[in-house]
Amino acid sequence: MRYAYYPGCCDHTSAKEYDISTRAVCKALGIELMEIPDWSCCGSTPGHSTSHLLGIALSARNLALVEEMGLDCTASCAACYQRLAMANVEMKNDTQLCEKINHITGKPYRGGVKVKSILEVIAEMNQSQILAKVVKSLKNLKIAVYYGCLMVRPRDIQIDDPENPTIMDNLLQNLGAQTLEWNYKTECCGAALAMSNEDIVLKLANKILADAKSAGANCIVTACPLCHFNLDMRQKKVNKAYETDYNLPVFYFTQLVGLALGIKPEALCLRDHFIDTKHILKLIV
Amino acid sequence: MKRVGVFVCWCGSNIGGVVDVARLAAEAGKFPYVVHSVDYKYTCSEPGQKMIVDAIKEHRLDRVVIAACSPRLHEQTFRKTIARAGLNPYLLEIANIREHCSWVHSKEPEKATEKAIDLVRRAVAKVVNLEPLSESSIPITKRALVIGGGIAGIQTALDIADAGHKVVLLEKEPTIGGKMVMLDKTFPTMDCSACISTPKMVAVAEHPNIELLTCCEVVEVSGYIGNFTVKVKQKARFVDHTKCTGCGTCWEKCPKKVPSEFNLNLSLRKAIYIPFPQAVPNKPSIDAENCRYLTEQKCGVCQKVCPVGAIDYEQKDENLEIEVGAIVMATGYELFDWAKAYGEYGYGKYPDVITGLQFERMVNASGPTGGKIIRPSDGKEPKNVVFVKCVGSRDEAKGKAYCSRACCMYTAKHAHQVIEKIADAQAFVFYIDVRTPGKGYEEFYKRTTDEGAQYIRGRVSKILTSGDRLLVKGADTLMGRQVEVEADLVVLATAMIPAKTAQDTARLVGFSVDGDGFYQEAHPKLRPVETNTAGIFLAGTCQGPKDIPDTVAQASAAAVKVCVLFSRREMAADPMVAQVNQSICHGCLACQKVCPYKAIEAKTISERLGGQVIERTVAHVNSGLCQGCGSCTVACRSGAVNLKGFSDEQLLAEVDAICL
Amino acid sequence: MSAINLTTIIKDNQDFIKYVSGESGQPVQQCYQCGKCTAGCPVALDMDYSPNSIVRMVQLGLKDEALRSQSIWICAYCSTCTSRCPRNIDIAKIMDCLRGMAKRQGIKLEGRAKDIALFYDSFLNTVKDNGRLYELGMMLNFNLKSKNYLRDADTGLAMFTRGKIKFVPMRNENYKEMALLFKRVKELEDKSK
Repeated sequence: MRYAYYPGCCDHTSAKEYDISTRAVCKALGIELMEIPDWSCCGSTPGHSTSHLLGIALSARNLALVEEMGLDCTASCAACYQRLAMANVEMKNDTQLCEKINHITGKPYRGGVKVKSILEVIAEMNQSQILAKVVKSLKNLKIAVYYGCLMVRPRDIQIDDPENPTIMDNLLQNLGAQTLEWNYKTECCGAALAMSNEDIVLKLANKILADAKSAGANCIVTACPLCHFNLDMRQKKVNKAYETDYNLPVFYFTQLVGLALGIKPEALCLRDHFIDTKHILKLIV
Repeated sequence: MKRVGVFVCWCGSNIGGVVDVARLAAEAGKFPYVVHSVDYKYTCSEPGQKMIVDAIKEHRLDRVVIAACSPRLHEQTFRKTIARAGLNPYLLEIANIREHCSWVHSKEPEKATEKAIDLVRRAVAKVVNLEPLSESSIPITKRALVIGGGIAGIQTALDIADAGHKVVLLEKEPTIGGKMVMLDKTFPTMDCSACISTPKMVAVAEHPNIELLTCCEVVEVSGYIGNFTVKVKQKARFVDHTKCTGCGTCWEKCPKKVPSEFNLNLSLRKAIYIPFPQAVPNKPSIDAENCRYLTEQKCGVCQKVCPVGAIDYEQKDENLEIEVGAIVMATGYELFDWAKAYGEYGYGKYPDVITGLQFERMVNASGPTGGKIIRPSDGKEPKNVVFVKCVGSRDEAKGKAYCSRACCMYTAKHAHQVIEKIADAQAFVFYIDVRTPGKGYEEFYKRTTDEGAQYIRGRVSKILTSGDRLLVKGADTLMGRQVEVEADLVVLATAMIPAKTAQDTARLVGFSVDGDGFYQEAHPKLRPVETNTAGIFLAGTCQGPKDIPDTVAQASAAAVKVCVLFSRREMAADPMVAQVNQSICHGCLACQKVCPYKAIEAKTISERLGGQVIERTVAHVNSGLCQGCGSCTVACRSGAVNLKGFSDEQLLAEVDAICL
Repeated sequence: MSAINLTTIIKDNQDFIKYVSGESGQPVQQCYQCGKCTAGCPVALDMDYSPNSIVRMVQLGLKDEALRSQSIWICAYCSTCTSRCPRNIDIAKIMDCLRGMAKRQGIKLEGRAKDIALFYDSFLNTVKDNGRLYELGMMLNFNLKSKNYLRDADTGLAMFTRGKIKFVPMRNENYKEMALLFKRVKELEDKSK
């Protein structure tokens, strides 16, 4: 299996552990990730939020690069996935728009690329192939699996049911983990507002953390750097603002898959979280 | 020499306000064969019709063109008019200058007038080519089949039977009664549903003119109006009802318990059972899928305890054949399976989110909780009950686009019952619109709000769990605010959809369904209980969502239509049917394949050819079955099939008149 | 507040109504105001008008109110409204469309909306210059412009110690193309104004 890989702008910075663990897990599972040469920002929320054309163009530039590689595309970041996939859908459905965008980017895109989230890529693998490589069990983990918005909405790009997705639950259950029924699987954490209006995000993060905790979770798993940022880095701020004492480590799903495959915690950047992960790592046997 | 009269109708200002009717009449007067042409304000009125009759006599007209509204509306009227003047009623042609002209071109009167002139020219060209047609007659079997034993089927059967005709009432379940007997009280009068419907069920069982067939389904329908042959499969009940006394020993002793369909899985029943105590017939059947004897050859308790030896494990499905003259469809509705579609309401995984029909069973004194409203999860009495309307209705994304019509009222009733039965209870009703168009309905709704039911204008977006309660997240759009209710019980008013097998049954019987799978009436306003297949009528929710009053009204209407048919010894058949010119028919029978009414059969004829008698196959139209749709005329490559009143010659004359 | 004059407002703002429907590709007039969007919106509590009210404003042609609202900026594009809309209307896209209009028309923003717009600008400016997001540059620029100089300073430090912040921008090879891309977008948008 070989994919054109779109790491996203946060790959060396705020979400480096996602990128590093994704590469490590894919390597272990025999998924070859070819980083798209010359890739640029997908535009994320600021792009499409202020200009439809800009939003599509920023993503389409990358799709054109992928098309030259002759591969299908995968992105780890949920926001990047959504933007690339949406641009793909809109370009395919609207030939007029497609022409305009190709003029803007100067890189003609013909619509031949398939865009998948890295979660789909791993979840769609033959699960027994993954199991064959598993050396550690996640059975002591009680996980609130958090999907957020960007992979399951809107309908055109959803990788799973927007109300009750199970793709990540199934993958982790397969590795022995207990995944929980909880209310906030796909509720928004408000990522787009994190910088500008942190109070709103703290309010939303508090609701998510509260529900995860009351469902009996000992950790949260996500596949989105923005979700991770809000739930991990801002967890202490939530505690301060709402007088709570959550201590819920937030993992990227690739980190847990990596641990199950026996990859060393350091190689998965487990030390770089804001909420200490040590007590959970001890549970992985 | 043919003498055509043209009558141009103003239809008040409908046509007259757009088309220059005087000019149209004048132009029409110049067409070949036209000897008389006038315009008139309301041609369909009594004086209008008299004018036509007088003109036919005065001008010795032998053909008539009427330029007016759609023939769907008044073709029959004008046929009768010209017949009164002594003309063959089929020597009439209508030019539709209203729906096809003035209404759609109201902003371009000049062009509309030109178009109207063309339309009349076409009609004149056709009318001079028409031939007189005469109606044939068909005998009628005066027995009706009613398919479906809910309140619609029961009412129809009783009305037809009371009129003195034989009726076969066919039901697929082991009892009649349908959904109505499952309900508790009925809005707006709060009659006990079972109290007003079970006497009717008994009346069915006892009526000398009604033959009741339960556990039956239709397998095949052939024939035509007045003369249908229906093949029916009677499923094995494994109980000989001629011996059974309904004593109940068998179901008391049966060890196998399964969820009760009648109580919507809120209680259990036995594998040998009657669905509910007032079931008709009041004798049990064995549920073969769950019976231990029938599945594993173990047990056999019912047979051992039966005092009259009525249990017959060897009983087989039986095939029956019934001859009837009319069929009434009353196959009812089902509830939309919300749990498959509404993830935001929990996909059915929260036990305390129930449907309105489950609420009915629960609040019913003879139901699984003895009339106590409880939370299915823990049996506790709920204090805060939320009602969510339009679940699956008015929701084209997840359900159906249409309004299910009955939910606003039964939800008002449910809210009233919560407030009445539970001390300190709060009832919250989330709605988009409150629709109460029925006698006493608005007053009932007002009463519910007077009693304290809180109506909140907004749809619920999500139901979450909150401890052992549910958190209902909605909006009050009148305030523009989000609202939340910590609910103990949530009741969803789910959409009515056609019965699962309705579409297949329609195909078997031979009529069409609408886009939502409901049975298609012949005309939404003027022929609401008829289908496009003669002799097939509709009653109740199989035609579209309805409440009980509307269902019963329609059921009686369908009965009347059947009685009208049965009031005649023979019936006239529409002469506008296909006919085969046997001399040029090749016998390929391509026509037979496209005929939706099974009206074409192969026929062997003998001919003398070159001194020898040879036999060959030709197509033959059964004029009783033919509905005049014309499909066969298109399929026929040799042009041997023609539709009377729409022959190739007549149609080409019309085309020439417009195009040349 | 004055009464909305329905005799003129819808007629006078047909262009606006049509533009929003066309540009967002959403059948705005199909909305029957059930409120499911508002009911499920995670950020509605901080909006000045509920999402269904914004759609109503578009239906009635209340252009100024819609474009000046906080709501269109507070919308986080989570698309919960979209995925639950019984009429299949992508409300999030309507919000996108209104935001874009407000920006291009230079509507003066206040409060939360102002900061959100500034953040989006700061983000996109680094993309224009570098081809990729330059987080530190964006944060500094945003703090400067929003005059909140120490915002997220604590976070920044913690991120730095974890190696989650880079001082220099990570550029793509042909990052210089990006300015041209932005320029062409602007040209096309100016043309269609």
